[in-house]
Amino acid sequence: MAEFYEDSQSSARRTLSASGKLLRRLHLDGPLLALLAALMVFSLFVGYSASGENLTRWIDQVQRFGVAVVAMLVMAQLPPAWLRRISPVIYGLGIAMLLLVTTIGPVRMGAQRWLDIGPISFQPSELMKLAVPMMAAWYLHERPLPPSAKHLAIALLIIVVPAGLVIEQPDLGTGLLVASAGLFVVFLGGLSWWLIGAGAVVAPFAAWIGWHFLHDYQRQRVLTLLDPSQDPLGAGYHIIQSMIAIGSGGVFGKGWTNGSQAQLEFLPERSTDFVFAVIGEELGLLGQGLLLVLYLGVIGRALYMASECQDTFARLVSGAFALTFFVYVFVNAGMVAGILPVVGVPLPLVSYGGTSAVTLLASFGILMSLYRHRKLVGS
Amino acid sequence: MKWKRTEAEVQSRQFGLRATLVVAAIAICGVAIVARAIDLQVLKHGFLAEQGAERFMRTAPIPAHRGPIVDRFGEPLAVSTPVDTVWVDPRELTQAPEQFARLAKALNRDKAWLTRRVTSNLESRYLVLARQLQPDEAAKVEALGIPGVYLEREYRRYYPAGEVTGHLLGFTGSEDQGQEGLELAFEQQLAGIDGAKRVIQDRMGRFVENVDSIRAPRPGAELVTSLDLRIQYLAYRELKGAIQEFRARAGSVVLVDVETGEVLAMVNQPSFNPNDRSQFDVARYRNRAATDIFEPGSTIKPFIVAAGLQSGKLRADSVIDTNPGFIKVGIKLIEDKHNLGAVDLATILAKSSNVGMTQIALALDRSQLWNTLTGLGFGQVTPAGFPGESAGLLSHHSHWRDIGVATMSYGYGLSVTPLQLAQAYATLGAYGERRPLTFTRVDAPPSGERVFDARVAKDVIGMLERVVTRDGTGIRASVQGYRVAGKTGTAWKSHAGGYSTDRYMAVFAGVVPAKNPRLAAVVMIDEPSGGRFYGGEVAAPVFSAVVGGALRLLAVPPDDLSAVPSATLVQAVPAR
Repeated sequence: MAEFYEDSQSSARRTLSASGKLLRRLHLDGPLLALLAALMVFSLFVGYSASGENLTRWIDQVQRFGVAVVAMLVMAQLPPAWLRRISPVIYGLGIAMLLLVTTIGPVRMGAQRWLDIGPISFQPSELMKLAVPMMAAWYLHERPLPPSAKHLAIALLIIVVPAGLVIEQPDLGTGLLVASAGLFVVFLGGLSWWLIGAGAVVAPFAAWIGWHFLHDYQRQRVLTLLDPSQDPLGAGYHIIQSMIAIGSGGVFGKGWTNGSQAQLEFLPERSTDFVFAVIGEELGLLGQGLLLVLYLGVIGRALYMASECQDTFARLVSGAFALTFFVYVFVNAGMVAGILPVVGVPLPLVSYGGTSAVTLLASFGILMSLYRHRKLVGS
Repeated sequence: MKWKRTEAEVQSRQFGLRATLVVAAIAICGVAIVARAIDLQVLKHGFLAEQGAERFMRTAPIPAHRGPIVDRFGEPLAVSTPVDTVWVDPRELTQAPEQFARLAKALNRDKAWLTRRVTSNLESRYLVLARQLQPDEAAKVEALGIPGVYLEREYRRYYPAGEVTGHLLGFTGSEDQGQEGLELAFEQQLAGIDGAKRVIQDRMGRFVENVDSIRAPRPGAELVTSLDLRIQYLAYRELKGAIQEFRARAGSVVLVDVETGEVLAMVNQPSFNPNDRSQFDVARYRNRAATDIFEPGSTIKPFIVAAGLQSGKLRADSVIDTNPGFIKVGIKLIEDKHNLGAVDLATILAKSSNVGMTQIALALDRSQLWNTLTGLGFGQVTPAGFPGESAGLLSHHSHWRDIGVATMSYGYGLSVTPLQLAQAYATLGAYGERRPLTFTRVDAPPSGERVFDARVAKDVIGMLERVVTRDGTGIRASVQGYRVAGKTGTAWKSHAGGYSTDRYMAVFAGVVPAKNPRLAAVVMIDEPSGGRFYGGEVAAPVFSAVVGGALRLLAVPPDDLSAVPSATLVQAVPAR
């Protein structure tokens, strides 16, 4: 009896170590992978209900996740030194494409964001979410840290140019994500506290200037946040409907596929940007809590992995990816819950949609590669 | 060198410190989100849940079936039939494009039309494909079981007789409530009471699910009118023919059952078809017989004579001297076409002598004359209660001056509606008893108010028979087999403070059969053109045709067998 027990235990250990070996060979991280998988399962569970039980769109989403996972696996195989070396190339390519977008990109739904290459239509701004932090890290890792004022200025230029191009498309959400990804690199790279303090003083002034560069609809979103009831049928509509959805869900929710706000289409963009409200309405505080726990797990694990990296480039890039993911979650949840303005940022890996899932999982693939190779680099 | 940290160590420390800071920031943001969630879901839950419920829970009416309107024999005049609207949700429908052909076929359309309509409205969630389909056709569409195809039930008001009963019935509005005519007058009875149900609606206000029924609808009651559809058709046809023949502007015919006060027929020209909303134009749908007033001209004369007989100042055989064919009242000269000399009352009516009438009226006590006219219903709306009915104009006798009394005696200075005039003639036909006019069927003759004695009425009717003879003005109103008692009228139309000398109202009013009146009728033709304009020429033939047909339809026994050509005996030969 005891022998058998021991046997089964050791076989379990063997299996575990076998899968551990496989993960290591594929340069993947087990805990992060498990958390990401859990998020995707959660997305498919909620998405089926949020899309009005539309099976076609559900299968589409499964396929998109498939593509995104492949992107992650591919990225995880790329060695860090190589990633670092191609960073300027990707960045240069990205800038070139952004410029192409502003000149020859087609205008769709009032925005110029896409580039059509044959049958494929994609947004170069998505690429910049990866390229900007990598480029900033590439630039800073060769310099003495904390960076000198000159280097800092160049690093900021690296960030501001693409972010500005994206915001002018106009795509405020993606632009903010691109900028924050780059700024996290600078911050983690050792921005002097004095400068951070000065930034905090200058920020309101900068915001005042920035206000004049915003598009009317973007200004409207900020104003609406301050008082959604000002314009309940227009700009305030999204926020009011999503607050009602979340609030009417209560602690336990109305049950899967039973949300009246979501299923009766009062809630706009219910399967994409506003899916957090569907979760609040149908799964309640508990469902939202579970989702936040998963997100915090992902962010925590990613930050841990970043801190384990010893190479500056690796550390800065991983840290920036982890923090960008957090910005995603916070901006989206904050918007849907009515504490941040409406900005087109999806709930990462849970909102329906392909591009952001691919970019996100690719970034996690890079993160895993950097983590797995942490002891081999630095030579 | 030991005290000085390596660059890597510095970096690592820096990174660690910053990472801690970042974690703290994340924690704060996380707490903010959770706090907000608790705020919304726990603290404001009640309020927001109520707000949510308000957005989709609705009390929706269950439309009550509107009562039908039928004629006195139960022939349908207005019926509400269920019709279905077929609408689709293009987003749902386009999931199954292979169904387009079947759906198009069920709607009797081609596939290209359907595809074009659906694909050009992809943003819409409510696209109507067909309206007012018969329920069985709609059921076939529903039976296809194509997702995204829905039906909506409505009731459509349909008027089988169309133009013929248009003015009388009126029509209903978009919410199925009476707008005009009897539909409006009997709204309470016809409308019924809508039921109510609690439903779930989506953002588009579209019905999603029935929750429960709060109250069942109570259908409206049937309205049995006094109308005889056969006579109505006849009157419509004859009036329309006359309007075309005499190129008149407008016209009305009213036919009343003398014994009961029921309106058997009421038509106007120009007419409109209540089934076609594009014809809803007030000039067309106005029921002129009840709403428009005119100066009755000579058709008022029999009632002045009746008032005279009633007063005792005149007798049936009184003779009035109309020499020299004119009379001066104040500064106004009243004249006859020819000097009739000293004639009896019947001749005054038959020849329509204004001079004779003036003498009679001026001899009468004004309050007694006013009482008679008021008793006949002039100056007040009739008890029939038709929406928008005019009261006409009859000033109080205390305001009368000689010239007013004189002109009133031949029908100027007071205004009446065709309906009022028909009521007055019906009173005459009922031997002086005014029975309330009504548009609903009456089973027992109602009691009336006596306006003048039966003896007086019989005398006047006898005199009016003379009008419809060779030496009267209304020979063309005669009906074979029946004695007709009536009066022609040819009134100048007043306009802009004076009277037009080339625009007339041609009128004929009378009762039949003279021996024992059963019907009273008024025919009014407004502005006949083309040279003929006398009431006896234009209105009397319509009277003859309508009343003659009605008498035969109602199987009223003839009272004038002398004029009927002797019967020819025809022997029935058995068929070989």
